[in-house]
Amino acid sequence: MIGYAKDDAGAPPLLVPDYRSTVIRAPQHPPIAIPPTLTETTGPGGCWDRLMGSALADLTKQHEAEPLGQRVIVAGRVLNEQGRAVPDTVMEIWQANAAGRYIHAKDQWDAPHDPNFTGAGRVVTDAEGRYRFVTVRPGAYPWGNHRNAWRPAHIHLSLLGPAFATRLVTQLYFPDDPLIEIDPIANAVPMPYRQRLVARLDMDVTEPNWALGYRFDVVLKGRDQTPFEEDDHDH
Amino acid sequence: MTIDPADRRPEARPDNQDPALFGQTPSQTVGPFFHYGLPWKGGADLVGRSDMGARPELMPEAHYVLNLSSPSGTPGGEVIELTGRVLDGQGAAVPDAMIEIWQANAAGRYRSMDDARDDVPLDPHFVGFGRAATDEDGRYRFRTIMPGRVPGPGNGLQAPHLAVSIFARGLLKRLATRIYFDGAEGNDTDPVLGCVPADRRATLIARRDAAGVWSLDIVLQGAHETAMFDL
Repeated sequence: MIGYAKDDAGAPPLLVPDYRSTVIRAPQHPPIAIPPTLTETTGPGGCWDRLMGSALADLTKQHEAEPLGQRVIVAGRVLNEQGRAVPDTVMEIWQANAAGRYIHAKDQWDAPHDPNFTGAGRVVTDAEGRYRFVTVRPGAYPWGNHRNAWRPAHIHLSLLGPAFATRLVTQLYFPDDPLIEIDPIANAVPMPYRQRLVARLDMDVTEPNWALGYRFDVVLKGRDQTPFEEDDHDH
Repeated sequence: MTIDPADRRPEARPDNQDPALFGQTPSQTVGPFFHYGLPWKGGADLVGRSDMGARPELMPEAHYVLNLSSPSGTPGGEVIELTGRVLDGQGAAVPDAMIEIWQANAAGRYRSMDDARDDVPLDPHFVGFGRAATDEDGRYRFRTIMPGRVPGPGNGLQAPHLAVSIFARGLLKRLATRIYFDGAEGNDTDPVLGCVPADRRATLIARRDAAGVWSLDIVLQGAHETAMFDL
């Protein structure tokens, strides 16, 4: 049984005191190594519509009129760390509106809601691992982590990949946003790996006279190159 | 020589597209505002047609764009309810966590291309993936099927278990653990439970509260911290 690779050097630690919520929520024991089994190497492929519902790739077409803000395209591929496409896997996204406000009862910041923008979508990657969303660029917003704390503009991404072991929730940031370098959540990822979370403005994704395009590939864990050593072998 | 403005491109930056940085996309927290984007109505009910799993009260009705429960029929096996609270290092409820489960059907088969054992039947009415947002008391609740036993390393069978993912504000990575069932056949010889120090195994074993009702709290930090796995 070949399992999946462990975290690489870009993975954030669990305890990052600058991100205050980690202090009482991060486990203190190191995670326990286990042999890979069918449980970790399987996942609910091919059941996405049945589970999450049909695709919702255009976040600007969910209500009566178009949302306010700058229309953008976010596109790319889902790959494994060997560089191979991960086809037929679900990507779910959610984000704040152009003013930086989430359509969530507990987001109490007084930036305006947009009745024409929810900010949630989902797509399934094609045979080459490609995905594409149309949305509006989210705004930055303040949060309570410290005095004058502001999150850089970001889109939340959730992927399942081929197996329980490949589950990933992450955030996409936009290029040349100076808030990234002072944000405790983005900074939990050490440099230079933090730059993996910054999308690229791409004139080939951009559509003339319609929307700017950003390219962002997601790289999931691949199969382990060094099989787990089992201590209960019967040779 | 000049380049046509239509063909000019910004200079490449050290970003997501930089080949020198290619590798696993780093994890980030799910944050506190995922409820309108992830946990759908019925996501926590792997058996029937309820709305379990979602928190629709946290968004205006017109902005609920997630799925609705759509079971195709009733899966085979013993129906169980599984519940518990997610607690932080101070013993307080975590009201903004999301729990996911992944499990085999009653016969012990995963609905996955990577489980190629044709001699163990699939169940057309069972996928085995579930998702639940915790409520204001930090409580999660699933309705599912008691999983069958699946093979482990070597020739052995694993004890019945669910694979569990935990997400929340303040968790920079998905936490991975398992839920086993008190008194189930195979717990004593399970190869994964056996990796857990004996004094922490109880943190993975659900208690039977009543017929078909099992409970286990998930403790993120502290003396009774739930054992988590390095995947």
